[in-house]
Formats: sequence, structure tokens, C-alpha cells
Amino acid sequence: MSRIKEFNLPDLGEGLTEGEILAWLVKVGDVIELNQPIVEVETAKAAVEIPAKWAGQVRAIFHPEGTTVEVGTPIISIDTDPGAGPIEESTTGAPADALPTPSAASLAAVEIAPEEGMVEPGLIGGAAPGGRTAVLVGYGPRTTAAKRRPRKAGVPAQATAAPAAPVQAAPAAPVQAAPAPVAPAPVVAPVSPAPAVNGNRPAGGAVLAKPPVRRLARDLGVDLGTLTGSGPLGSITREDVQRAASGATAAAEPLTVAAPVPAVASFGADREQRIPVKGVRKLTAENMSRSAFTAPHVTEFLTVDVTRAMKALDRLRTRREWRDVRVSPLLLVAKAVLLAAKRYPMVNSTWAGDEIVVKDYVNLGIAAATERGLIVPNIKDAGRLSLRELADAMTELVQTAKTGKTSPANMSGGTFTITNVGVFGVDTGTPILPPGESAILAFGAVREMPWVHKGKVKPRLVTTLGLSFDHRIIDGELGSKFLRDVGDFLADPEAALLAWT
Amino acid sequence: MAKGDPGVPTRGRRAAPRSKQAASAAAGDPELVQLLTAEGERIESATGPDGTEYRVDFTDEEYRGLYRDLVLVRKLDAEATALQRQGELGLWASLLGQEAAQVGSGRALRTQDMAFPTYREHGVLYCRGIDPIMPLGLFRGVDQGGWDPNEFKFNMYTIVIGAQTLHATGYAMGVAIDGKTGTDDGEAVIAYFGDGATSQGDVNEAFVWASVFNAPLVFFCQNNQYAISEPLERQTRVPLYRRAGGYGFPGVRVDGNDVLATYAVTRHALDNARLGQGPSLIEAYTYRMGAHTTSDDPTRYRIASEVEAWQAKDPIARMKAFLTKQQIADESFFTEIDEQARTESVHLRERVLNMPNPEPVTMFDHVYPHGSPELDVQRAQFTKYMESFEGSAH
Ligand SMILES: Cc1ncc(C[n+]2csc(CCOP(=O)(O)OP(=O)(O)O)c2C)c(N)n1
Ligand SMILES: [Mg+2]
Repeated sequence: MSRIKEFNLPDLGEGLTEGEILAWLVKVGDVIELNQPIVEVETAKAAVEIPAKWAGQVRAIFHPEGTTVEVGTPIISIDTDPGAGPIEESTTGAPADALPTPSAASLAAVEIAPEEGMVEPGLIGGAAPGGRTAVLVGYGPRTTAAKRRPRKAGVPAQATAAPAAPVQAAPAAPVQAAPAPVAPAPVVAPVSPAPAVNGNRPAGGAVLAKPPVRRLARDLGVDLGTLTGSGPLGSITREDVQRAASGATAAAEPLTVAAPVPAVASFGADREQRIPVKGVRKLTAENMSRSAFTAPHVTEFLTVDVTRAMKALDRLRTRREWRDVRVSPLLLVAKAVLLAAKRYPMVNSTWAGDEIVVKDYVNLGIAAATERGLIVPNIKDAGRLSLRELADAMTELVQTAKTGKTSPANMSGGTFTITNVGVFGVDTGTPILPPGESAILAFGAVREMPWVHKGKVKPRLVTTLGLSFDHRIIDGELGSKFLRDVGDFLADPEAALLAWT
Repeated sequence: MAKGDPGVPTRGRRAAPRSKQAASAAAGDPELVQLLTAEGERIESATGPDGTEYRVDFTDEEYRGLYRDLVLVRKLDAEATALQRQGELGLWASLLGQEAAQVGSGRALRTQDMAFPTYREHGVLYCRGIDPIMPLGLFRGVDQGGWDPNEFKFNMYTIVIGAQTLHATGYAMGVAIDGKTGTDDGEAVIAYFGDGATSQGDVNEAFVWASVFNAPLVFFCQNNQYAISEPLERQTRVPLYRRAGGYGFPGVRVDGNDVLATYAVTRHALDNARLGQGPSLIEAYTYRMGAHTTSDDPTRYRIASEVEAWQAKDPIARMKAFLTKQQIADESFFTEIDEQARTESVHLRERVLNMPNPEPVTMFDHVYPHGSPELDVQRAQFTKYMESFEGSAH
């Protein structure tokens, strides 16, 4: 057995074709133990840590973080006997410090099987896009070139169908010069002609793309129908989508292993820059104009002394069971909204043309500014959560949003939104409703201000709330009462809790 | 009797170290039968909802045996998970967190008792004396399971949720019809399933049939709080063990992270069954500490604090605390067990890596016990087909 071993990305979850390297937990030169976690990989199903298959010393890492790697591709090479002295060049093909490339042998093993073209892609047992074999659920492991044994002379090369299938009295396989069928070896004529593959797109067929790629496209707001696929059988790859989203031209550039290059701001001779409207920006624009020009908005403001609430937060932070929890003023605002929504359920509703849908559950949206733009993930059924669970859910929501991993499911179905404009240092705003929601609350900066407190002007912590609502559903009275309740809670959370719950 | 079976009466029995009158078990949760708290405190006896008093009386050797089982089962399971991540298994359903529920019930079985598992019962399989490599062959895709269910009295793993409860019911009815119940050495049957499975029609049908035919069957539900991503509150509005009442047999909830209580409750239920007193339901209240399977990412549907809270109820930690406090075992024992677990897991790994891929033609071997003409034709055709490749043996 060879001393240097290359580890190929396995199919981590029943028929996956690729995974993204999230983080390397080891680096070149590290001495590692058997089963020591070496890399974190995210697939369409899960983010998981892969434990080292061998003990030894890390010799090379083939893919940087952020790369999407096909299943079966070598990702790391490990010297399983580092104590045995230096390694000769020829055993690895590359010195350890050079740009690492997997050995030719292991690359050959992942080469895509020759396109059969004779079996309809996706048929069970047939070749599927990417040289995989379609199995009952998803696609199975690659039918690798290495695993295919050549046929003995005189055997039709196309006889790939299931042996139990009846021998068809079909015309002799057309491509065979002299297809003397070796009876009773099961020879089956091509099930159907190969789909017309004219380099890029199957003629007239639906767009080909793997589910994770479709999901990526949906996340990034890319219309698959407008892309030209560079993958097998003209299928659209992850890179195609990313390229489209990042605004790069569709003309095929060589794919690099580096993370997708962000669109660079560049001014032309006319000192103007043209940024294509796409992705999150396009979605935001559509949503905002649709909402602004269909729902008649009203905005009301309320300025509140939140000194007591901030003190309550401090007390919470010192409690043992809250020690490791992220506690922010936004948490109290969220709680206030949830309690007030219980008292005035109409605030948590949707205008549906000929009816108003009032919801018993609050999917609480929190607007978040991310690198990808504004997104509004929501906490499902937040009204049922305890304060502690709400805090955890908010922390998680923010962290997920920051890493860009918010799933579409978490961004849909929101029923009430809070936008924390205070973090940008402004006092308030007139927010626009997310489509389908009837109210949205802007939470401004909490500032120390002169305030009349118990008959005297004192420095107090003060904030301004701005509530926009859909005037088709919510009258001024209801909107005001709701806002007042939110304000009352923030002015004195303990008393409000005692009074309302 | 199985190796290390703590049910064997032996000399030198140790009375329960703490003589506490525990009318009902776990403090704060009157519904839960518990004999060993999360902190490793022994409770002498605990009373079930129908007044049954549960206690165990193990020798030191038996206590240590249970601890060894728990640690080995966890370690082998972790190795299987690692092997899946390394591309050596297609899938693995980890039992992490459920060791006590499985070892407690598995060791309560007598040699003649028959068990019907799901796909997660690696701990019970181990207690039945089956080579732990067997399920790895299944999930590596090189065989269909490989053990003889009749020899080990442990049926094949069943992936179809709840189906095995009906198989078990039919089997148990057969045991009764064969007249193998009614005495101390009668036969009993146990069916394993999960909390999610209780929502299946099959399981409810099994409850009805077992009840009206008085089948010698123990329904052993490991309530690990999740059916993949669906939490318990999406399965039931009442504690699961109380469902039994509606079908007309007793139900009890046991602390599934307490190997002693699980043993006591299961032994009692099995003995009732073998004596001809019919079925019962045990709800082993536990938690799936890991993912549903290696294809799953639990962080997408549950929060870390929940997992941490259950971490504090770990079945092995509490047993270790108990053994230490009672001076039944010392550091050198624990080190020895860890070492044994490590050796066995390395051994398991090596054997898995060397598992031969089966000859394709063996897929015809176990379709019918005595073959069939149609199958013979297919086998012959397939053999010819395989021979058509260069380098084939023929
Ligand atoms: C009849 C059937 N329906 C659905 C599935 C898919 N499935 C696999 S595991 C699972 C959840 C089972 O949950 P539970 O009974 O609680 O057992 P656990 O996995 O938690 O041990 C489901 C729905 C299946 N295998 N069989
Ligand atoms: Mg479950």
C-alpha cells in the first residue's frame, strides 16, 4: 500500500453529487489522528465534519474553503507514515509546497464515464447526467471509468440494460457494424434514441439542473431559463448560476477554484456605472414597489422612555441561566410585539382580496442587512416561544443570515416584521410592508435624552418606534392601540407582563 | 443466558446502596420510573402507574457489565458514523444517547425471547450476541443484514416505520398458539419502535391485535423526542405510554437514560407476557443526541440548549458516577473499558474495510428458499452476461 493516501470526497448523504468545503480544520504539515475532524463540508442535506480516514501528516489540501467539490474528487492527501523519511518526488508527482494537485491516478478514477448516449438519462440503471447511475432515490455513485471493464471481443458495447429484461426482437443495434448477438446473452436495443445534445441544451426539453443548483438559483434570484448550461448534457451547474448572479458575462471563463469574484465597481468614461438589476436587489425592488403601491400605508410614531427596560435587560444578563445568551434590546421589542399581537390579532393578518386572513401564529420577521442585501428571515410561530427560546432563535437567525445560509423556507411565510434601523444610528423611519404582511415596526436608536421623569427633566434612555400598517385592514384606532401597547411594554416590561399575561 | 446477563441470580448481591422510600420515582416527574438519577444517585425502588414496584438487585460484576455494554455500544456506533463520513458506509443511523434504553431492554431479554428491531437497535443487537459488524454490512450495501433471525432471536432491521410491530404481533400470536406461554420459562416477544412510529396505522393495528388476542408482546417505544425533524408534539397530545390504556393494556414510562430502570421495567413486562398476561407498552423516555441519520442535520430544526439539557442526563455519565461513588469500579476499570472499546472499534474498522464486495450473481441466492425455474433462467442469463466481460473468471 502506498504511503501517501488521497481522500476523495464521499457521498455524504444518499445520492449527493457535490459538497462545499466550508472550513478546513487542519492545515498542511499537521500531524493528525485517525478520526480527527479534518474538514467541514456542506451538502444539500447537511453541514458535517469529516473525520480523518488515516492517521498521519497532512501533505496537501486540494481545494480551498468555499469551493464546491464533486463527490469522488480528492480533497486532501495524507502521509500515513511521516516518520519514514522524505518522500521522493516521483511518488506524489508534486512537492508538498507546490500548488497541490491530486495524483493522476486518483483523478482518472473520478473521470466522468464516457457519455453513453444510448440510454435515456435518468432511467433507473441508466447513465445519468454526470456519469452517474440513476437509482430509486436520487443518483447513485458514479459509474467511474476505472470501474468499467472492457467487454470481450464480439460483444455489443451497448448491452448495458438489465439482464433480466427480455431479449427484444428489435432491429439490430444501429451503430454496430456486425452485431452478431451472442445469444442468449441479453442484448437489448437502445431503449430510445439519445436525446439530442447539441453541446449545450437538450432540444426542447426542460432546463436541466440538480436540485441544489435550482435552490441556489432561487436563493440568488437567477432564472434558470435564461442560462446556458456548461454541465453534462447541457445541464446548468452551480458555477453557471454563480456567474450569472455575480454579473459576470456568460461567456465561459475558465472556472477557478477560488470563491466567486464579487462584482467590482467600475466607472466608465462617462463616469457612470451600470449595475444589472438581479438577485436580491431585483427581488427587493419588486417586493417594495408591489407593496408600496398596493397596500395604502400609514405610519405612526411613538417615543418611549426605555430606561426601565434596559435595566430589566441588565438584570436578565446577570442571571445564571442567561449568562451565555445574547440579550439585546431587540429581544424586548420582539417580546412586546408578540404580546401586543396577541391582544390585537388583526395586526397579524393578510389582505387576500375578498377576505382578510387573520393568523393565530406569528412568524416574526427580522430585517437583516447582509452582504447579499436585505433579507427578512422569520422565526416561525414565535408567539409560542419562551423568552429564552426567542433569544436563542434570534441569535441563530442573525448568525445564519450573516453567513449567508438563510434558507428560502426561513424567508417565506413571515406575518409581522421588525426592522432595527437603530443599529444604523437613526431615530426612526417609515418602513414599507413586506408583501402579505399588514404591519411592520421600525425600532430606532436608544439614546440618552433629556426627558421629563417624575416631574423633573432627567437624562433617560429613549427610543422612537415607527409603525407602518396596511390601512385597508388596520384603522388608526387599532394601529394606535397596538403601538401604544408595544410602547407600554418597553416603558415597563414587568408591569406589562403582570397586567397582560 | 447471554454473556453478562445481569438477570442471573449470583452470590454476593449488593443491596441498593441507598435505602430511600421512593413511592414514585424521579423527583419532579411522577410519571417517570427511575432507579438511577442523572447525578448517579440510586433510588431503591420506584412505583409504576399501575402500582407495580420496580427494583433491581445486581452484583458488582453485573453493574460493571452494564457499564461495559454502554461504553462499547457507544464507541462502536461512533466508529460506524466515522466510517460513513469516510465513504465506507452508505448511511448510518446512530444510537447516540439511547444506549441505556437499548442495553437495559436488551439485557432484560431471556435467550428464548424474540426481538423485532427498527434500524437503530445496534445496542440490542449487541446484547443478543450478534457480531456488531452485521449492520455495517447492511449499510455498506454488501449484504442484506446477514444474521440468522432464528438463531439469534433477533429479526432483520426494518426500515418501514412501524411495520415490525405487526410482524411481532403475528409472531407473538404464534407463540401463544404454540402453547409456549403460561410458565416461568415461557417465550415473550419485544417490538422496538420510535415515537414517530406511534402515528403509523401499522402500530395502532398492532396495538389492537396484540390486545384482543392477548399476545405475549412488549411494545418498546424509544421516545427520542424526534421523528427525523418532527418533534414529539407533532405526534401526540398525551404522554405516549398512556395510549396503552385506550387499547386495554398497561403502559409505563421509564427513564430511558437509566439502564437500571429500563432493565427492571422491561424484565417485568416480558415476564408478564411469558406468563400469559398479555401485551404492554413501555415508553423509554430518552433523546437522540445525534442526527437522525448521517444524511440529516439536526441543527436545522432544534436548538443547542435543548441538546445541552439532555447532555446533562447522559446514560453513561450517571452510571460512571454511581459506580465511582459506590466504589464498585475505579479509574483503572474505566481506563480498561475505554481501551477495550478502542481496540474493538479499530478491529471493527479493519474488518469493515476488508469486507469483500459480493459477486453480483449472489443477488439471486436468497430470493426463494429453494429457488424457482424463472429465477434459474435469470441467474443463467446474468452469469453469461457477466462472463462477457474481459478478465472475468470464465
Ligand atoms: C412507512 C414509512 N414512512 C416514512 C419513512 C421515512 N422515515 C424514516 S425514519 C422516519 C422517522 C421515524 O421516527 P421515529 O419512529 O421516532 O424513530 P427514530 O428514527 O426517532 O428512532 C421516517 C418518517 C419510512 N421509513 N417508512
Ligand atoms: Mg424518534
